[in-house]
Amino acid sequence: MSENNEMTVGGAFLGGIWTEIPVLRLMLGLCPTLAVTTSVKSGLTMGLCVVFVLICSNAVVSMMRNLLKPHLRILMFTLTIAAFVTIADMYLKAFQPEMSLKLGAYIPLIIVNCIIIARAEACAAKNGVLVSVVDGLAMGIGFTMVLCFLGAIREVLATGCISFSDTAVLTILNPVDKGGWFTPCTAMIMPVGAFVTLGLILGAVNQLSRKKA
Amino acid sequence: MDFAVNLMLGFVGIVLINNFVFTKFLGTCPYLGVSGRLDMAFGMGLAVTFVTTLAGALTWLIDNLFLIPYHLEITRYVCYILVIAGAVQLVEMYLKKFFPPLYESFGIFLPLITTNCVILGLCLFLNLWEIRSFLMAVVLSFGAGMGFTMAICIMAGIRENLEMADIPECLKGAPITLITAGLLTLGFMGFAGMIK
Repeated sequence: MSENNEMTVGGAFLGGIWTEIPVLRLMLGLCPTLAVTTSVKSGLTMGLCVVFVLICSNAVVSMMRNLLKPHLRILMFTLTIAAFVTIADMYLKAFQPEMSLKLGAYIPLIIVNCIIIARAEACAAKNGVLVSVVDGLAMGIGFTMVLCFLGAIREVLATGCISFSDTAVLTILNPVDKGGWFTPCTAMIMPVGAFVTLGLILGAVNQLSRKKA
Repeated sequence: MDFAVNLMLGFVGIVLINNFVFTKFLGTCPYLGVSGRLDMAFGMGLAVTFVTTLAGALTWLIDNLFLIPYHLEITRYVCYILVIAGAVQLVEMYLKKFFPPLYESFGIFLPLITTNCVILGLCLFLNLWEIRSFLMAVVLSFGAGMGFTMAICIMAGIRENLEMADIPECLKGAPITLITAGLLTLGFMGFAGMIK
């Protein structure tokens, strides 16, 4: 974060989607990252929920930042976030029942996603509404990108294709049971795949940013 | 007798087979963040176990005596997070007043526990699995905490040895920890299917 705690709109946006991209740079919000990235579609759904909650909670926290008592701060943050997560959860239950069933407890677990509390504390509690909303949007997009990327790697290695719905399936590696050559690696959708893939991605990011410096 | 066996199976199941860290990725942040030293990891584990048991029991009671009979399920998440934050605050105040040395040794971990996914996750899963017996809920809550303690202690033990190891420069720190965690989950997959 910039030293004087004053952020510009452009700075906040760039920070979110690249220089301070959550998960990869800040190591925040790992639980949902690892748990829901078994496929691109669930990663995307989760990411969009986080974008929604992050924007709304940042806006509300920013509006009430001058009224907060320091020791009740975290409690107010979590309560605000819980309210918006309830909205997102009910929306999913009503319009995407299948995804809601698949993501299960991980949607309510957005409440304790460290990214959201960290942004409320580091950005929204110190900045105006506009900057906070942009920051929420950018951080959310950065988070969603990582989720989709991780989901894509795991889904392709585990099944050979990316499926958006029952009919729209994008085959990338032709699996053996459909007459191709690729033997699907089931371990990739298990917890092992999540940890090892994320570890290797982090390693690659470290390597790349070290070369630049 | 059947009930006692069920309790035992539930406990073993949640510690080894459905371990929250290894199979549900709950509590991954402290699992990777605080597992640098064994004594700190153990302290964190104990604090989490204590709060989990308390919060699991309390949220079960609120859910079954209050929210479900009065059809207030929509406020569930807000209630849960309030109970957890309240429980953490209570534990903090109690320890500070009556057990200052213990309070000192927990230090920063206590407030951090509020945002530990193990606790909220457990409360949500108790609801999702439709646990309808209070004793079972308490046993499962305690088991989840013990499972977390075990996982974070194993990890801390490995990481203390990793400091001596010769790792590629770009994998140092978080990446190698994640890969180690992956291999650990692979080991714990061996327990899967032990209890039907």
